[in-house]
Amino acid sequence: MTQTSDYNFAYLDEQTKRMIRRAILKGLAIPGYQVPFASREMPMPYGWGTGGVQVSAAVLRPEDTFKVIDQGADDTTNAVSIRTFFERTAGIETTTTTGDATVIQTRHRIPEEPLSEGQILVYQVPIPEPLRFLEPRESETRKMHSLEEYGLMHVKLYEDISRHGHIATSYAYPVKVEGRYVMDPSPIPKFDNPKLGDMAAIQLFGAGREQRIYALPPYTNAVSLDFEDHPFEASKADHPCGLCGAEDSYLDEVIIDDDGTRMYVCSDTDYCEGRRAAGFVGAMAQAGDGEILTTQRELEITA
Amino acid sequence: MDAQVLTGGFSDPAIQAASAFRAVMEAMARPGTIFPITGAVPPAPLSPAAGAVLLTLCDADTSVYLAGAMDCKAVRTWLAFHTGASVVGPAVADFAVGAWDDLGALSQYPVGTSEYPDRSTTLVIELAEMNATGATLAGPGIQTTAQFSLPDVKSFQANNQLFPLGLDFIFTSGDDVAALPRSTQVS
Repeated sequence: MTQTSDYNFAYLDEQTKRMIRRAILKGLAIPGYQVPFASREMPMPYGWGTGGVQVSAAVLRPEDTFKVIDQGADDTTNAVSIRTFFERTAGIETTTTTGDATVIQTRHRIPEEPLSEGQILVYQVPIPEPLRFLEPRESETRKMHSLEEYGLMHVKLYEDISRHGHIATSYAYPVKVEGRYVMDPSPIPKFDNPKLGDMAAIQLFGAGREQRIYALPPYTNAVSLDFEDHPFEASKADHPCGLCGAEDSYLDEVIIDDDGTRMYVCSDTDYCEGRRAAGFVGAMAQAGDGEILTTQRELEITA
Repeated sequence: MDAQVLTGGFSDPAIQAASAFRAVMEAMARPGTIFPITGAVPPAPLSPAAGAVLLTLCDADTSVYLAGAMDCKAVRTWLAFHTGASVVGPAVADFAVGAWDDLGALSQYPVGTSEYPDRSTTLVIELAEMNATGATLAGPGIQTTAQFSLPDVKSFQANNQLFPLGLDFIFTSGDDVAALPRSTQVS
């Protein structure tokens, strides 16, 4: 295995880090505005969190404890590989416990456990421009942001209502930051949107391929766009977690046999494990071993 | 060459710059809150905190305006050796360093354009002392309100009126750093 000393601390060279750091400061000064930066090639493909990794590399200190989640899970490929990447190149402590982490890099979720001051949440962002699917030209979307011309976004939400009867956008739901910039919160489920605003932690967003960094300082106002007669609603699957019984967490739907039997489990694995360790038992788990009851009949009995 | 030129930089650049940046970032994210920042021993009149800020953020890609007493041989040569940043006038500066009275009218610094509001100057203002009294701050990064010993009120109010354009300020004094982004309302 390569040793830490073979790399500069946290992989990136110092000049690159300074460039990213300057972009982060401007991002914090103009909440929700996408700051262009000279994104570097990273030793992982675009779409695997190259933006988040660069932002993390620019903010990490040796004394930090680092956590990575991918759709809420600590143990998926993306999370494990990024965690290992910084263990090797920065020699930092890593953890899966949300409360113990000082820097959390996330792909598409906000941890269930409220974050505190002193923590930093780094988002991996695929498409930073909320208007991109409505207007493909960067020159135009930049002009629309400068003129605060966001009518098109409301038309999109209105078309959702006219077609589906409700706002069907369920992830990457746009927010307006401090009454000025419309921002893409990255593809987090809209269930997480209410946590974006007034968070105690610093939120940094990095888009590697698209070369943009943006930020939300702590206690910043971020309002999900909606209409008076169709107010924003944070939605989730209407079930408790099958393993820990939580009714307040965002759930993944998992098909567990050939008959299409489904179970719903917390997407935030650390939250779920913490609850089970504290003695909470869901309808599909047995105390202690977490063994799953899989037959349809047993499901119906417990339902 | 004066030996002082060669010393006073970060002895462990990657690590010390990382810690210094976190102090600056926390300061910019929580306007008016004071954080310790160390690692640099720059020549007078630069304070250790201002030296650390410059070492952390400046390099050959950035330009710096040295205002008033800052524009001296000791600072120029130290900055050139440790960062490679070019010294320029206020109208094109990425960073400006100096005492509040020396920095002059804020209107001479670029405030960005409506399409690229990030292309604005960051002013590093040396204060004799700073503490959590004085002007009241509110806005992003502040839960309710904060107090900070700003050297002036009207200029910062006018700067906030320009939002999303405007200047961002980093305050340094001794080993302490604080900041005031353009988004903060001052009263």
